[in-house]
Amino acid sequence: MTDLVLTKKDFTSDQEVKWCPGCGDYSILSTVQSFLPEMGLPRENIVFISGIGCSSRFPYYMETFGIHSIHGRAPTLATGLAISRPDLTVFVITGDGDSLSIGGNHLIHALRRNVNLKILLFNNRIYGLTKGQYSPTSEQGKVTKSTPAGSLDTPFNPISLALGAEATFVARSIDSDRKHLTDTLRAASLHKGSALIEIYQNCPIFNDDAYQVVKDADSKGSAILQLVHGEPIKSQTHGVVFKNGGLEVVPLDSVPESDIVVHNANNVDPSYAFALSRLSGSELVHVPIGVFRDVERAEYGGLVNNQIADAIATQGAGDLSKLLATGDTWEVK
Amino acid sequence: MSKTVVSLHQVTIRFAGDSGDGMQLTGDRFTMDTASLGNDLSTLPNFPAEIRAPQGTLAGVSSFQLHFADHHVQTPGDAPDVLVAMNPAALKANIKDLPRGATIIVDSDEFTSRNLTKVGYETNPLEDGSLDSYKVHALGLTSMTVSALSDLTLSRKEAERSKNMFALGLLTWMYHRPTESTENFLNAKFAKKPEVLAANLLAFKTGWNYGETTEDFSVSYEIAPTKMAPGKYRNISGNTAMAYGLIAASKQSELKLFLGSYPITPASDILHELSKHKKFGVITFQAEDEIAAVGSALGAAYGGALGVTTTSGPGLALKAEMIGLAVMLELPLIIINVQRGGPSTGLPTKTEQADLLQAMFGRNGESPAVVIAPATPKDCFNIAMEAARIATVYRVPVFILSDGYIANGSEPWKIPEIAELPDLRVEFAKTQENFLPYDRDPKTLARPWAVPGTKGIEHRIGGVEKADKTGAISYDPTNHDFMVRTRAAKVAGVSVPDLEVDDPTGDAKVLLLGWGSTFGPIAAAVEALRENGEKVAQAHLRYINPFPKNLGDVLAKYDRVIVPEMNLGQLAMLLRSQFLKDITGFNQVRGLPFSTTEIIEATMAVLND
Repeated sequence: MTDLVLTKKDFTSDQEVKWCPGCGDYSILSTVQSFLPEMGLPRENIVFISGIGCSSRFPYYMETFGIHSIHGRAPTLATGLAISRPDLTVFVITGDGDSLSIGGNHLIHALRRNVNLKILLFNNRIYGLTKGQYSPTSEQGKVTKSTPAGSLDTPFNPISLALGAEATFVARSIDSDRKHLTDTLRAASLHKGSALIEIYQNCPIFNDDAYQVVKDADSKGSAILQLVHGEPIKSQTHGVVFKNGGLEVVPLDSVPESDIVVHNANNVDPSYAFALSRLSGSELVHVPIGVFRDVERAEYGGLVNNQIADAIATQGAGDLSKLLATGDTWEVK
Repeated sequence: MSKTVVSLHQVTIRFAGDSGDGMQLTGDRFTMDTASLGNDLSTLPNFPAEIRAPQGTLAGVSSFQLHFADHHVQTPGDAPDVLVAMNPAALKANIKDLPRGATIIVDSDEFTSRNLTKVGYETNPLEDGSLDSYKVHALGLTSMTVSALSDLTLSRKEAERSKNMFALGLLTWMYHRPTESTENFLNAKFAKKPEVLAANLLAFKTGWNYGETTEDFSVSYEIAPTKMAPGKYRNISGNTAMAYGLIAASKQSELKLFLGSYPITPASDILHELSKHKKFGVITFQAEDEIAAVGSALGAAYGGALGVTTTSGPGLALKAEMIGLAVMLELPLIIINVQRGGPSTGLPTKTEQADLLQAMFGRNGESPAVVIAPATPKDCFNIAMEAARIATVYRVPVFILSDGYIANGSEPWKIPEIAELPDLRVEFAKTQENFLPYDRDPKTLARPWAVPGTKGIEHRIGGVEKADKTGAISYDPTNHDFMVRTRAAKVAGVSVPDLEVDDPTGDAKVLLLGWGSTFGPIAAAVEALRENGEKVAQAHLRYINPFPKNLGDVLAKYDRVIVPEMNLGQLAMLLRSQFLKDITGFNQVRGLPFSTTEIIEATMAVLND
């Protein structure tokens, strides 16, 4: 580790933060700024790249390198940068509309390639910046400006989607749970390859209290199923058991303690993490929070750069004059 | 038997057959053998978008035309002197291009009633007298190939596949081309398939021997080498030259080359070529779509690489928003558009120049970018380096508008010495106090290229309008007006060489002005017109945005300016609006390059006006 000693203040830019009062983005920003010194990285080696939406203003507030790009396309810029500059640590900041609607294609391909990106998906289940239309994670029937009779779309489950895209690190956290979010950021930062963290984020203006059930002191204890590697998966009232070839949530008092599934985030079989992701629907009765999956697979930029290194090692560095004279040539005297 | 040898100044040959008959390979080999003899040449491959259209149909005909001479060659030739037609479809699809008296070599085995009916021949053209004004050689190419290979353990179908090599052998004999390089090529290509190698070599040899011994061919032809500047030469296609130019630019700029690309005809060969050259440190990234392709290139450019994306028209449409971001971020980016027939999917394998206005204006807002265009296949090498120079010095997106004709066509190229190549090194911003990401170089108006990893210059940029100097978000009306004008002024101020005009007598009244791949046919037309005593001037634009500084003066000097374009008048529109000069457009969108004759006729109409 370097002897670099930085503080939260070192990661705070001089820009005035302009989210709405009470927005969940404030607490995420503060948590990330507080966590970054722990990574021990010089500021100049960190890049935040975002798309478009409320959350995508995030890079302006970070005293690092940053690009506020265009709608849905942050993973494309981040991929080009991460492949060509493996010395950098690249974060992608995105929202549910940005990453799951207009940018859905780029998200799944970044995940399947396992590009070394830390993707923070701020999920508030609504379009905030365009003032309140339903999003790809809004619950079916959602009444918004664009769906006065209720939305018809089946929502995406971002965790299920990421797992379907062969993601190697998938987690869920909550904007207001500073400690849990910090722990999750730490786990993501130690992962080599793509890491997706879905962060439940409150939009006080257009979708207030969407996640109240996992925040209120009297409900969260029974709603949140804690995912801790090596620990039984349970809330204060319920536990997860294997049943009918899958996973099921049952009252704790209905089964012996030994039946509760002990979480294995390193399980290479993605169907396990997928089954966990299906325990919660948009109604948020039982919500797994934590790292669903953390498995090893070669990181894409490393593979790209290894091919180049191998070519140079076996064929020698490229010689331009030889290249230009490839194939049949002839001399004119 | 003694045979006559006739000397010719030039020949145009077209090989035509089913898209599975190997006509492109046959044409390529004949081209290589011709190039190595020292003839100047120009080629035109022409093939359907379908990989294997139904056999024997007009839709499935693929052809390759080659023009070679003892003098300088500008085009692949208007009309073939020789047509090699491997089946009735190939004959029918190409006969209209043949002048009377031309030589036709056909595979008579393919002229069965079934095949004739398939393409609408009611009688056999080899027998009904309809080809009487041509020199027809009707040969059993298939049967002769099969019988020549009868000692090999190949099925009849496999043996038939070598008939293109029989045809190549025959033509090689007819035009006194060397046999060694094709033999070497086959040896290398089929090294791991000895049976196929033996079949191809034997068919090639048998075709050559057939010409030498049969009385059907009593004359063979010689074409003396072209006088060219001393040096080492090779033949090169536009797409290969483009790929080499990018690698050269990477080396001369000492920047890592990053290509983000999505497969699309006719640009994919640049991706294929660059992906072979990893030992040059080249990164090729086949992205999930066109947007990701350009996005990754822009991300790499942000990190200090030479970021490039390659595409064709429909792909460019998808990239538009990201190119707008590059305009706003003021980062170097090279966008190579190998144009094809449009709109929409259009004519994927055919050439056109109808994306000029898309490159100029196809983005939201005032979004200026540099536009340059290669004139010939080999010019792609230089234009790629020029794009790198402009992009990195001015931190702007630069479009290279190639097209299908330039990309797939080829010509001899004098291989440059590395020492002759330009120095393309530029400086990144260094560690400093109070760094201002949008503080500009007063001369170029370029902002600093400030790459991550540089201590003390951490900063944030984005697509939202930025304040002058600081780059912070700004919605200030005056600032926006200033920034829009500054970005425009930066592109307008890019240094480009003056336009050279070829006007030998200095008193021509008519100027032929082209851009991109129309150079060859225009130059050939101008040569022919001058031989007939006509006075015409020629100039060719490689820089379209910004135009050369002297362009207005050049236009003013001529009574009439003719602009031939493979579109409905896009350059003409730009010239009229910028210079208030009347332009006579000559426009065709037939998916094919102009013929020399067409340009001569269009020019004569103006001269006689």
